Amino acid sequence: MSEPVKTGQPLSATQTLIDTSAAPKRGLPRWLRGNDAIIFAVLIVVILVASISVKNFASTLTVGFLLIQIVPIILIAMPMALVIISGEIDLSVASTAGLTSAVMGVLWRDSGMDIWVVMALCLLVGVAAGAFNGFLITTLGLPSLAVTIGTLALYRGLALVVIGDGKVSNFPAELTALSTAKIGTTGIPVVMILVLVVIAFFAVLLHFTPFGRGLYALGFSKEAATFVGIRVGHAKFWLFVATGVVSSLVGVFWTLRFASAGPDNATGIELSVIAAVLLGGVSIFGGKGSIPGVVAGVLLIGTLTYALRLAKVPETTLVIVTGALLVISVVAPSLTGWIRERIRLTRVRREVQRLSTSGQTSA
Amino acid sequence: MTTTTVQSEKPGPAAHDKRNPVAAFFRQREIPVAAALVALVLITFAINPLFLSPQSVKDLLLNATIMIILAVGQALVIITRNVDLSIGSIVGLVAFGTGSLFNIAPGMPIPLVFLIGIVFGGLLGAVNGLLVTLAKVPALVITLGTMYIYRGILSTWAGSKQYFSGDNPKEFGNLSVDTFFGFPIITIMAVVVVVIVAIVLGLRRGGRDLYAIGSDPDAAKLFGIPTGRRVMAAFIACGALTGLAGILYASRYNSVGALTGSGLELDVVAAVVVGGVAIFGGSGTVVGAAIGAVLLSTITSSLTATRVDKFWQQAIVGVLILAAIVIDRVVSIRNTRKLRVSEARDV
Amino acid sequence: MATDPNGIAEPSALSLTGASKTFGPVIALADGTIDIRPGEIHALVGENGAGKSTLVKILAGVHQPDGGEFLVAGEPVSFRTPADSKAAGISVIYQEPTLFPDLTVAENIFIGRQPRNRAGLINRAEMRRQARALFERLGVPIDPDRVAEGLSIADQQIIEIAKAISLDAKVLVMDEPTAALSGVEVDRLFGVARSLRERGAGILFISHRFEEVFALCDRITVMRDGRYISTHVTAEVTVDAIVREMVGRSIDALFPKSEAPIGDTVLRVEGLGRAGVFRGIDFEVKAGEIVALSGLVGAGRTEVARAVFGIDKYDEGAVTLGGKALKPHSPQAAIDAGIGFVPEDRRKQGLVMDLSVAKNATLTLRKQLARFGLINGRTERRVAEDWSKRLQVKTGSQDYAVSTLSGGNQQKVVIAKWLATEPKLLIVDEPTRGIDVGTKSEVHRLISDLAGRGIAILMISSELPEVLGMADRVLVMHEGRITAEIPRERATAERVMHAATASVNLTTEGSAA
Repeated sequence: MSEPVKTGQPLSATQTLIDTSAAPKRGLPRWLRGNDAIIFAVLIVVILVASISVKNFASTLTVGFLLIQIVPIILIAMPMALVIISGEIDLSVASTAGLTSAVMGVLWRDSGMDIWVVMALCLLVGVAAGAFNGFLITTLGLPSLAVTIGTLALYRGLALVVIGDGKVSNFPAELTALSTAKIGTTGIPVVMILVLVVIAFFAVLLHFTPFGRGLYALGFSKEAATFVGIRVGHAKFWLFVATGVVSSLVGVFWTLRFASAGPDNATGIELSVIAAVLLGGVSIFGGKGSIPGVVAGVLLIGTLTYALRLAKVPETTLVIVTGALLVISVVAPSLTGWIRERIRLTRVRREVQRLSTSGQTSA
Repeated sequence: MTTTTVQSEKPGPAAHDKRNPVAAFFRQREIPVAAALVALVLITFAINPLFLSPQSVKDLLLNATIMIILAVGQALVIITRNVDLSIGSIVGLVAFGTGSLFNIAPGMPIPLVFLIGIVFGGLLGAVNGLLVTLAKVPALVITLGTMYIYRGILSTWAGSKQYFSGDNPKEFGNLSVDTFFGFPIITIMAVVVVVIVAIVLGLRRGGRDLYAIGSDPDAAKLFGIPTGRRVMAAFIACGALTGLAGILYASRYNSVGALTGSGLELDVVAAVVVGGVAIFGGSGTVVGAAIGAVLLSTITSSLTATRVDKFWQQAIVGVLILAAIVIDRVVSIRNTRKLRVSEARDV
Repeated sequence: MATDPNGIAEPSALSLTGASKTFGPVIALADGTIDIRPGEIHALVGENGAGKSTLVKILAGVHQPDGGEFLVAGEPVSFRTPADSKAAGISVIYQEPTLFPDLTVAENIFIGRQPRNRAGLINRAEMRRQARALFERLGVPIDPDRVAEGLSIADQQIIEIAKAISLDAKVLVMDEPTAALSGVEVDRLFGVARSLRERGAGILFISHRFEEVFALCDRITVMRDGRYISTHVTAEVTVDAIVREMVGRSIDALFPKSEAPIGDTVLRVEGLGRAGVFRGIDFEVKAGEIVALSGLVGAGRTEVARAVFGIDKYDEGAVTLGGKALKPHSPQAAIDAGIGFVPEDRRKQGLVMDLSVAKNATLTLRKQLARFGLINGRTERRVAEDWSKRLQVKTGSQDYAVSTLSGGNQQKVVIAKWLATEPKLLIVDEPTRGIDVGTKSEVHRLISDLAGRGIAILMISSELPEVLGMADRVLVMHEGRITAEIPRERATAERVMHAATASVNLTTEGSAA
């Protein structure tokens, strides 16, 4: 504890009250301790083990396949992390992506507009979808869980209404090619540039802006946030708009990558996204989590899945891994806490018993 | 949502004398849903009289049956302020398990198959319940995880194999065809389930405890209600009922495989919420949930019967869910406002 | 069998002797002693923080005492859970009862032990009948079939009492039951309490209202600073004597307010009212002045402060700061105008416990610290370090989560984050709650220093010595109104206490309301 923070003129009366017991050990820088570090460590171990034991894992091909696979998840996971940190949840993201895909298909087929205009309009779908969620949740004060279950059905339903069960697939070849193109010989998909931009945007937003600071306060305690002048409803509204927009982005990407616009694109990925975010150390109760952690969480699931797939573990079994990781990541801290509490309680109880029996004999 | 604290109202005994039983009836949460269902059926009937032909009614009931049973199970869990998202996977597992059973032992008595399926579902529910009560993590997260795990187990087990209805004994398939005085047998089963669960929930001490837990979990604990055991029981019951639904699924539908039942969970939660069960627990009935399930499954048939684009169906479901929670909210806001004004007058 | 402290042979319904309870470094109860006989109504009085609620929680089985002797009907007991306490025949009725809002009244009474028929099903008719019989006995017409949601506090208490009777409770503990009741409702409650006494139940009645205590109770026990002081037979004691015993400590030099020149009016509040919470609130706070808002818990002090700061809406009146009208219901506007608010609940309202010291200390400055929209971590840390040094916050590093700090140091971080905004007015709500004695005086010196530098201070405190030691003026609130304004020279514990409990006849000060 040789920190230079020591005060100038110490007060003798309070000197004894310095709380040293809870001070964490020195040594590693802060970002290497705690949850993020554990997830990164597990990620590295998985990569190492896979590289050694799984044939063909250590190759640029892997990088390409793995990364393109996780693009939708990692994109939506960014705003979703912020939403969950602020104490809410958004289950409608995959449906928003599906709706966007449907709108994109119909606009491209029927309107004759330039593809770039179509894509820009598609992002507005996300704005609208997110704003509608935000309105119901912040203005009417409805629980986000219930609201977004509703809009999950609604947006997917609207996608069906827009495009029916048809498919549109004649998108410009150069764009569909671009969506899966790699940067030179690195094997890294071009679209990763977009992903990095999105990650950087949300990382900066969460960790380096006044808004981001406010989100933690908000998720931890609405009261505490209100006391420092944070407009709770306002902040949450824009978060839902953000998830809407990014979901639309994913809808556009999905459409181009598979060269197909249909109503059932991206079905069910909301749950994968939430699993990845929680695995990345974001607390479902709000107030805790970081973007590096979430990125690691997505990469961990992605890598593990990919490695197991290469190792000829049946495709369908992989889903167990996602589920197990999710359950372990939330149960483990609770269980250790529970065990610690148990030990403490037994000790206290014994102590009380001792005191009360000695008290009785002396009385 | 009508959770949180008890608000104060106009004092004085006169304010809450005996209520008008008719008014009380209309204040039941099930009434608006039932009314919506009746209106839906009547309007559809007016447009297309064939909608209420015996065959069509039978199909309507058959379609609703599995949803009813699932909604009843889910309602049990939601009333305790939890949720079970793994039911779609449980349906899949049990349905495929049923197919496998008949494949291994074609002569197996049907009641035994039912028993095995229900116990299997109950076990899967027990895993959920155990994780939720021990880890004290929101059920949403836990059951999201087990949803994946169960689905993964099913996929591994099933691979690309499918069992078709032709593989099952004829009597088993007939279950979902046979009628009793015009009512499909499995629908009668569903009604029996609703009645039994309604009695347990309404008239057994343990059932009432579920409402207390959902109403105020901390108070329930202070009260000495065994909250862990009760929540556990709710999850087991939900699993068992879902198991039953899984067996019926195998009987009713043409094929079961790795994807059977996926996505069902949200439809079921939607049915329960539409049926007037508060998403944050404490209120609502299984009868309401059952009506919600019938309403949602009837919409599909109505759209077909009235030749409305079937693609509207899911959007309408979404609107219904939103309407259910918005109405709930508006009513509770109106109540609290009334309370604050009457309080103010009182000071 | 232990002898009753008053030497009476008959076993007491309940007797607690020398019970103690500590929470970490805080001693909540040093000597909890109470003796309740069957067929008596026994009052427990004391200032806020005297240890009454801890004692009640021990009786209720919520807290387990660290030591002491606890007898019920002469038998030693030790409760692990509230259910144990209930099983021993003790029923506790809290100021705001916890009923299940979605269940019916009858079910709330009988949950877990509803009458059943032979098939093991709940016999609703019988349950209703029993509930109705209970209410008839209590003389209150409450419909057993309605849901508990929307019931008045008074009716909720009656339901709790009905529950207690149906459980055949031997001891009924009522924790400030009248605080939220109107006159008629209080009379009804008293009627019920007396009839229970006639039936041989022992009742512990906790109240701040002396007229009620003297009208209802047979004996009075006084507590102070977590200790038992005395027990009197009501007929043999006066209000004044009780008040003296409740306050009875010397105001020492622990709470220095250094002399500071009083400047212009900073905050002016005129006719502030919020329906059902407070009304007609007028006061002002000048630069360099410490104004204490005193009164009992629930008198509306915090609510007024929250409305001024914009956390809650108000229905009428106006707030001006430095002569300019303050936008209502906007904490950001209040902060921009120069108000800081150190809230009463440090852990929930004051701090984000999982965030670092630096981030907490600069949370109020998050916009000012940002350059081109980005917060510079180094500037943030520098500002935080600067304030930590000035307030002598003891922390290993600015990066530690604020939850690792001691209570006193946490409070300093809260104060630091507001001082960093350079406020003109600082509202401090229970600034030393849950803080050890040493740091307490440090916080007091800090507040006094701030006043010396010309900041206007509005202090809410339930601790009389703190109020009397620190404040230039004391505003006393009672039931949503300001009932007295007492300048420093004339402020005595008795005067403040009388105004707070509304035995105004003993107060010679003019009422501001």
